[in-house]
Amino acid sequence: MEHYNMNLTLKVWKQKNSQDKGRFETYQVKNISSEMSFLEMFDVLNEELIREGKEPIAFDHDCREGICGMCSMYIDGRPHGPWHANTTCQLHMRAYKDGDTIVVEPWRANAFPVIKDLMVDRNALDRIVQAGGYISVNTGNAVDANAIPVEKDKADASFAAAACIGCGACVAACKNSSAMLFLSAKVSHLALLPQGGPERKSRVLNMVAQMDREGFGACTNTGACEAVCPKEISISNIARLNAEYIGAGLVSEK
Amino acid sequence: MLNSKIPAGPLDQKWTDFKGHCKLVNPANKRKLEVIIVGTGLAGASAASSLGELGYKVKAFCFQDSPRRAHSIAAQGGINAAKNYQNDGDSVFRLFYDTIKGGDYRAREANVHRLAEVSANIIDQCVAQGVPFAREYGGLLSNRSFGGTQVQRTFYAAGQTGQQLLIGAYQSLERQVALGNVEMYNRHEMLDVVVIDGKARGIIVRNLVTGKLERHFGHAVLLCTGGYGNVFYLSTNAMGSNVTAAWKAHKKGAYFGNPCFTQIHPTCIPVSGDHQSKLTLMSESLRNDGRIWVPKAQGDNRKSTEIPENERDYYLERRYPAFGNLVPRDVASRAAKERCDAGYGVGSSKQAVYLDFADAIQRYGKGEVNKRNIQGATPEMITQLGKDVVKEKYGNLFDMYEKITGENPYEVPMRIYPAVHYTMGGLWVDYELMTTVPGLYALGEANFSDHGANRLGASALMQGLADGYFVVPYTIGNYLADEIRVSAIPTDHPAFVEAEREVADRINHLMNVKGKQTVESFHKRLGKIMWDKCGMARNAEGLQQAIEEIRQLKKEFWSDVRIPGEVNEMNPELDKANRVADFIELGELMCIDALNRNESCGGHFREESQTEEGEALRDDINFSYVSAWEFAGEHNWNLHKEELEFEVAKPTQRSYK
Amino acid sequence: MQWSEFFTSSVGKKFVMGLTGLFLIAFLVVHVGINATIFADLFDPTENGAMFNKAAHFMGATVLIRIMEIGLFAGIILHLVQGYMLEAKNRSSRSVGYAVEMGNKGSKWYSRSMGLLGTIILLFLVIHLAHFWVKARITHTLAPVTYNGVEMHDMFTEMKMVFSQSWVVIVYVAGCISLAYHLAHGFQSAFRTVGVHNKKYNRILTNLGLCFAVIVSVLFALMPIAMFLKWVE
Repeated sequence: MEHYNMNLTLKVWKQKNSQDKGRFETYQVKNISSEMSFLEMFDVLNEELIREGKEPIAFDHDCREGICGMCSMYIDGRPHGPWHANTTCQLHMRAYKDGDTIVVEPWRANAFPVIKDLMVDRNALDRIVQAGGYISVNTGNAVDANAIPVEKDKADASFAAAACIGCGACVAACKNSSAMLFLSAKVSHLALLPQGGPERKSRVLNMVAQMDREGFGACTNTGACEAVCPKEISISNIARLNAEYIGAGLVSEK
Repeated sequence: MLNSKIPAGPLDQKWTDFKGHCKLVNPANKRKLEVIIVGTGLAGASAASSLGELGYKVKAFCFQDSPRRAHSIAAQGGINAAKNYQNDGDSVFRLFYDTIKGGDYRAREANVHRLAEVSANIIDQCVAQGVPFAREYGGLLSNRSFGGTQVQRTFYAAGQTGQQLLIGAYQSLERQVALGNVEMYNRHEMLDVVVIDGKARGIIVRNLVTGKLERHFGHAVLLCTGGYGNVFYLSTNAMGSNVTAAWKAHKKGAYFGNPCFTQIHPTCIPVSGDHQSKLTLMSESLRNDGRIWVPKAQGDNRKSTEIPENERDYYLERRYPAFGNLVPRDVASRAAKERCDAGYGVGSSKQAVYLDFADAIQRYGKGEVNKRNIQGATPEMITQLGKDVVKEKYGNLFDMYEKITGENPYEVPMRIYPAVHYTMGGLWVDYELMTTVPGLYALGEANFSDHGANRLGASALMQGLADGYFVVPYTIGNYLADEIRVSAIPTDHPAFVEAEREVADRINHLMNVKGKQTVESFHKRLGKIMWDKCGMARNAEGLQQAIEEIRQLKKEFWSDVRIPGEVNEMNPELDKANRVADFIELGELMCIDALNRNESCGGHFREESQTEEGEALRDDINFSYVSAWEFAGEHNWNLHKEELEFEVAKPTQRSYK
Repeated sequence: MQWSEFFTSSVGKKFVMGLTGLFLIAFLVVHVGINATIFADLFDPTENGAMFNKAAHFMGATVLIRIMEIGLFAGIILHLVQGYMLEAKNRSSRSVGYAVEMGNKGSKWYSRSMGLLGTIILLFLVIHLAHFWVKARITHTLAPVTYNGVEMHDMFTEMKMVFSQSWVVIVYVAGCISLAYHLAHGFQSAFRTVGVHNKKYNRILTNLGLCFAVIVSVLFALMPIAMFLKWVE
């Protein structure tokens, strides 16, 4: 693939800490190679800012191979930028051309307060998992792995849901800031397996209650979450969650 | 004197015997005992949840925003276990033997055997937690084969096995958090160990959001902080992976084992320019179907598709006819380097070789034509059918390659080059996973124990989970049983105060250098020294130069580094500076260790020690030991040797010709 | 779990929206069916709205249907009160918005505008009820007509009168367009919300919903248009 260099204008959200009001700053970056990743372009900018004695831009990132879910960034009106089924760290600069202006904002949701610049606090997602996103099996209690066969289609569907990386792009994209795609992926992952059976009802009820407490909105099935999900988690999982919840809620004894 | 505390008795009875005789802590006392766990990858999360379940008061720390981000998540291929579900002759002994041999006879037999013994329990535990491993149509678990073995014992979940296992452990951890047995500290980085009366009693951490230093007490401290591959700057590790926790422990008395043993993975996407921040691995499984080649002519600038068949050099098939493209990782990596160094490399950087699927596509295409009984298939049709098969097998890897490089690997061969991937070395630990500091443990990649000089594919996940789920819950009791009379030490104890002051001084020192060069630029320079002189091939002269260069770099770092921002705020540059400062010191020790080990074994290739054909030559007479380095002041280390005894797996020379 | 917990949770609230939505969809089928009888006039010029008037009369004739009417109003009120509450909650979950909105990257505008579309439909509904339902059920101010000795309201003539005003026709057509878009999303969304998660059914339901939205809204809109343009007399 032929590569080329470009100059870009970046409008980036800067916010000192959670108390600060924040504002956009404009930066010019020069000689960016089309072979760079989007975050490497930020590295270049930050190096230059440090050399000039200015504050670099803080952003979350870790594995840089699209699996840890740490990178965020809402780029030109889309979480994780313009590419389909992609994370910000895997976005490469050949998506842009010389002279482009790129606007970069943090995830926006009351449940995800900004910590600094483009970093947000996503602990709410951990707390949703704490509410029931697990199978209660202490170490050493397991039966032989092949003792319980699992229908292949269900195991595959469970895996597809379990592929969620917990990045929060679904929340960032949703007009309601709903965490339903995240939540439904976890509920589906566990509900589709026989091992998840005993806690199936309490799990879904408690996790939804926790999501509501965290201040996420409700799902209105617009599909924006599915469109931006880096792991292509299906919105059908949300419908499955609804079925699980309604079933559990209506048949409970109390 | 090193005491590895290996239990007496026959190899296959040692662990059973240990479990039968180790000390126990009663439930009431467990509630009073506090355990600190640093790192929440496979080892850390599994240890935290298991110890929480047992009733210990656990505090777990990670520098990421959630325990689920740890880099275990990036492991692709799978996890080994001696289940013998395929009825192909696997057993605990075979897994043990393959691991010892794959490690080029530089691992401790007793530890490796224990690893093989508990491997089956890991799979059971993970399945019970809801890890969605790949299954057959009958509903039972599926296996695949991996490098260095002759049986199918690798369990997998597509190309995301690490992710699924980590999420399983993470869920268990979060359950313990919900139950109040584990207190989780996200975005906290450990900056020192507190040692009181010779025992590890706590840690000093920096809250990365506020910049405040905090003191935490624990009756025992477990470091599950992963490997140090980022000392090379470019590696397949995550950006945040670092050696700091292990290094602080080392400076507080924990010996460092085999620091020079690093694994260079042969199939990674090559560097595209100076901007490169990390490297991405392409699963080893690609070598099952891809053929590796370079042009026969030096400096051939033609496009890959324009080079005719008879002008291609399939060098692995030429050099190793028996194993061909499936030689072990260390051999494949060195062969690629040899070709590129000799001027046969491809791509704009010339630091790459081709991994070509054209043959596989044709082979699979023809196979499909036969299978479906298609008469008069056109070449286009065959190619298309072949591509479909390849897509089914490796689709996600091909997509990833295309995202990064912008090239379509179905049409043109992939360009690959070796990259730093895993560090077999780490904190020296005894059989109980305790370092040379009592009460301080190291688990998973952070310790040196199970992989010798070369790790087999799909064994890292196995070791991390073995340590956390099934080893440390037993061995820690053996230590804590004697600690029940020690009540929690208040964190205003002078040792805590002193440790925190040291950390604060160092941070202030770093901030006050106010030099000109960025942390990143130092890290890159360190990485280049390490890669050039302590990378895939090492020699005495280069290593001596490297040691000098690193010492020089260290001086320059401490006199010219520039860190923006303040101490008492979120400051990622400061965090990075702390880590790079430790990498620089570690780099020196790695070179010293590599210099000391004048033999080639596994991933450690000393040019002075090779056969006439250029293959690695081990020296069992002089180097059949673990190097355990004791820190003795700046630029100064004492070497302690743990002699390795092979009672069951007798060392032989590896050959793949 | 307590009822209150169920119905105050985000999923429970949406369940109410979905169920009432499906109920209202069922009502639309009845309503549009009855309305369509005005087109009997096209085939028989002497018919003069007799079939329509009889059908309209039946819809107010029995106790059972009057009880169902109460249910219908309850459904509408529940749907709109719950809808507004959800809309308010959803809007309040992001107090700082984006500088660059996501817009149509990933979702249809009408799926994001159910509150707005619903409000237009509500306004339309108020006008619509004032035109016909209030006169027929409350004030009884419609002219009488007798078929086979049974006296009933001449709703058909009333319609012709109302739909001779151009502003009314415009309001009705606007109401129908809003309804079309509301249904285009609401139909399939309601099924998802009550838990239909099989992809094969959802595909059918999505397409069915689009067809339903278009057919029902076009049929509704054709009535005022046909009368205004005097296709039906």
